[in-house]
Amino acid sequence: MLCFFCLRSEAGRLPHFLSHHRALGVRHFLGVDNGSTDGTEALLRSEPDVSLWQTRASYKAARFGMDWLTWLQMRHGHGHWCLTLDADELLVYPYWQTRPLPALTEWLDRQGRQSFGAMTLDMYPGGPVSDGNVGPQDDPISHLCWFDAGNYQVQVQPRMRNLWIQGGARARVFFAETPRKAPTLNKTPLVRWHWRYAYVNSTHSLLPARLNQVYDTEGGELTSGILLHTKFLPGITDRSAEEKLRGEHFGNASQYAAYYDRLISDPVLHTATSTRYTGWRQLEALGLMSRGGWI
Amino acid sequence: MTLGVVLMCHTALDRAAQVARHWAMHGCPVVIHLDRRVPEAEESALVTALADQPDIRFSRRTACEWGTFALVQATIDACEKMLAEFPQVGHVFLASGSCLPIRPVGALQEHLAQNPDTDFIESVTTADVGWTVGGLSTERFTLRFPFSWRRQRRLFDGYVALQRLLRFRRRIPEGLTPHLGSQWWCLTRRSLQAILTHPQRPRYDRYFKRVWIPDESYFQSLVRQVSTRIESRSLTLSKFDYMGRPHVFYDDHLHLLRQADAFVARKIWPQADLLYQTFLTPDGDRAPRPDPNPGKINRLFAKAVERRLKGRPGLFMQSRFPSRGRGGNRLAGPYGVMHGFAELFGDFQPWLARAVDARVHGRLFAEDRVHFAGDEPVFKGGLSDSAALRDYNPRSFLASLIWNTRGETQCFQFGPEDDQTILPFLTGDPNATIFVITGAFAVPLWRSGKSAADVRPWAARLQKIEADFLELLGKPDTKARVRIWSLAEFVENPAEPLQQLVDDLNPRAPHRDGDLPELVNLVGFGSFLQELRNQGMQPVLMGDFPSDDQLAQPEQAFSRPQIVR
Repeated sequence: MLCFFCLRSEAGRLPHFLSHHRALGVRHFLGVDNGSTDGTEALLRSEPDVSLWQTRASYKAARFGMDWLTWLQMRHGHGHWCLTLDADELLVYPYWQTRPLPALTEWLDRQGRQSFGAMTLDMYPGGPVSDGNVGPQDDPISHLCWFDAGNYQVQVQPRMRNLWIQGGARARVFFAETPRKAPTLNKTPLVRWHWRYAYVNSTHSLLPARLNQVYDTEGGELTSGILLHTKFLPGITDRSAEEKLRGEHFGNASQYAAYYDRLISDPVLHTATSTRYTGWRQLEALGLMSRGGWI
Repeated sequence: MTLGVVLMCHTALDRAAQVARHWAMHGCPVVIHLDRRVPEAEESALVTALADQPDIRFSRRTACEWGTFALVQATIDACEKMLAEFPQVGHVFLASGSCLPIRPVGALQEHLAQNPDTDFIESVTTADVGWTVGGLSTERFTLRFPFSWRRQRRLFDGYVALQRLLRFRRRIPEGLTPHLGSQWWCLTRRSLQAILTHPQRPRYDRYFKRVWIPDESYFQSLVRQVSTRIESRSLTLSKFDYMGRPHVFYDDHLHLLRQADAFVARKIWPQADLLYQTFLTPDGDRAPRPDPNPGKINRLFAKAVERRLKGRPGLFMQSRFPSRGRGGNRLAGPYGVMHGFAELFGDFQPWLARAVDARVHGRLFAEDRVHFAGDEPVFKGGLSDSAALRDYNPRSFLASLIWNTRGETQCFQFGPEDDQTILPFLTGDPNATIFVITGAFAVPLWRSGKSAADVRPWAARLQKIEADFLELLGKPDTKARVRIWSLAEFVENPAEPLQQLVDDLNPRAPHRDGDLPELVNLVGFGSFLQELRNQGMQPVLMGDFPSDDQLAQPEQAFSRPQIVR
C-alpha cells in the first residue's frame, strides 16, 4: 500500500495527513516537494516512511504535478495498490476505523475491481474561514466540521467514461453564476497500479478509461469513499493571496482571479442548511458514499 | 467419543496455527492439510510452531486448485489420517484455516454428544438449491470441465457452451442422486468410514473428478448413500455475495458473530485481532453470550446484496448512476407538479401545504431564481436558489431536492414561463404526478391590466410552449401520473379537481370540507380572451370559456357558495 502526493508548503497539514493515512495502513509515502518554504522538507525528511523528491520546476508545466507523480508511479507503483492524494485530502471509506486499507483492497480484488472512487467533500468551519487555530497535529475535521449534504451535479463524460461531479460549498458560494467552472469533485485516488496506467487530469480521471468506471449503471451501488477536503483551514486567505500571484492553477489565470478575491475576503461558507460531520455512517446514509455490497 | 477437526490451510498460516492450537487444547485432535503450493519455509514454520502439540498431525499435501477434485482428494486424505490415527474421534469437523470457532468448543462437543448418530451436512438436491451462481447447478453433474475456471476462463466458458450446443450429457452413476451443499460439514465416524470404504468409491471418484466444484457435492451426495440420520444444515456460518464469493468477517462483526447460532464462522480476515482474541479465549474465561439471533445476520447480508444490486432508488452519486432504463429516470419519492394553479388562486401554496401535508414550493424552475418554499435562499442539503446553478444540471437539482427531503412529499408550481429543459425527465418519472390546468397562463396576463394587443405576442408564445408540454404528456412513454383540465372545465367546478389533487398526493389526508383556496374573480376574463381573438391570436387551451354574461348568471356560475369561502 503506497501513497503518492505532491505538495508545496503544507507543514501545517502534513503531520495529521501522514498519521491519518499511516493508521489506514499506508506502508510507504512517496512525495514530491515543489519548492516549499515553510519547513515542509525538513518535516518530510524526518519521517522514516517517506521518500522525498524535490523540484523547483513549474507545477503547471508538469500538468499540475501529475507528470512527476506518473513517473514515480510507473517506477514504484506497479503491482501495488496506490493511493494518490493532495496534502489537503483525508480519505475515509466505509468501516475505515475498523478495516484498514488492506482489507478494502482485498475486498476490491475479490470483486475484480482495480480502482476505487472517492469524491472530494469540501469541509468548512462554522464562521469566517480565517477564524480559529488548528495545530499541525490536530484533526482538522474537528474545526472544519461542516459540509453541504445534497447539492451535487452529476453527469457522465463519455470520452473517459468518468462521472463529472461538481457542486458543494464552493460551487454554491463562489460559482453560483458560473457553475461550469466550479471545481471537479469526483476522484479515483486508489488504483491497483500498472506501469502503463496514467492519471490524465489530477486524479479525476485516468487511462485506460475502464478504470474510471467506479459507478454502477444498472441501479446498484459500488463501494466508494470520501476525501475530506481540508482546504478551508485558517491559513486559506493568505494562501489564496499567494496562489493568485503565483498563477500556477488550472485554466487561465483571469478566470480564477475573482475566486481568489472572494477567498481573500474571508467568506463564511456555513449556512443554516449546512450539515455537521459525525462520521462515515452519516456520509453513507446521506448517499455521498456507499458501502455497496461490502458488509 | 471426541471431536476431530480437519483444517484445510493455504494462507495466513499463523492464524491457522492459532486456531489449531485452540482446538487441540480443548481436546480435539487436528489434522492439517496444507496446500502443496505453500512454500516449504512456511510449512516448516507451521510444523515447528505446533510441534509441542502431539494431537496435531499433517496429512499428505495436494495442490488444491479451486473448483477441482484436488480439494476433495485432500479432504479424503486428511480424513483417512484422522480416522486411522485417532480412534477416539466420533465426529469429524471439516474447517478451513480461516474458520474461527465462535462458540465454546465445549458447546460444540456437547451438541455432538447429544446427537451421536447425526451427520451435520447441508445436502440439497440440485432442483431445490437456490444459491448456485452462474447458472451451473444441474450441469455441474452432466457436463465435463477439463479447463480451469480461474486460469482458462474463456476455454471454460467456451467448452460449456459447446457442450450445451451439442446437447452433450454425462451419465450420472447409477444409484447416485446429486446433492449440493456447503463444503463445511461435520460427519460421524461411521458415515465417513462408510463413504471412504464404499465398494463403489473408485467409480464415484472417477465420476466426480470431472464434476464442477466437487467439494460442494462429493460428500453431500455420497452421505445420502450411507447415513442413517442427516441434519441438512452446516454448523459453519458462511455468507456469500451475489456472485457467490465468500464474505469476510472483520473486527466490527464481533457483536454480530456473538449472536450467531453456528459454532464456527468463515472467513475471518487474518488481521481481525479482536475477533481472534475474543473467540480464542479458553472456554472457561469467556463472557456470556447474548441470545442468538441468526435472523439478524441473514437480514443484514440480504440487505447488502440489495444495496449492491438495486441500490437506493432516486440516488445519483459517485458510485450509483443508473442509466435511464435502470432507474435513471426515477426520483427518491413521490412529488407533485402544479401547472396553472397558482395563477387561479391567491393563496394556493399555503392551502396545498395544509391540505396534503407537504412541502409546497413556488416556481422551482423560474427564470429569475429558484423559488423554494418560504423563499429560502438556500434549501435543505445546501441547494442554492441560483438559476444558473440549477440550469447547469436541472436533473441533478431536482434529484437532490427530492433525495434531500426523503419522507416528506414535495410539490412545486410550474408553468410555460419556466425553464422547460427538465420536462422530458419529469414526464418520464413514475414518481411525478403532474396536474395541469391548460390555458391558465392567460389569467395573470389579463390581470396585469395590459391591453390584449400588448400581451398578444407573449400570450401566443406561452400557448405554444404549453401546447408542446401537453404533447409531451400525451406521448406513450410518459411514466408520470397526469391529470389535465382545461381552464373552462376547471372553473366550472373547482372543488372536484382540487379534491382529486389532494387524494392523489396524500390519500390519507384528512378531508377538510369547506377548506378551499380562494379563486380569483374571473369576471372580465372572457372578454379578454375575445380581445385576444380580435387581435388575431387563437386562444385554444382555455377550453370553451364562458362569456362574462354566463359567468354572471348565478345558476351557471362555478363559484357556488359552499366552494369558495
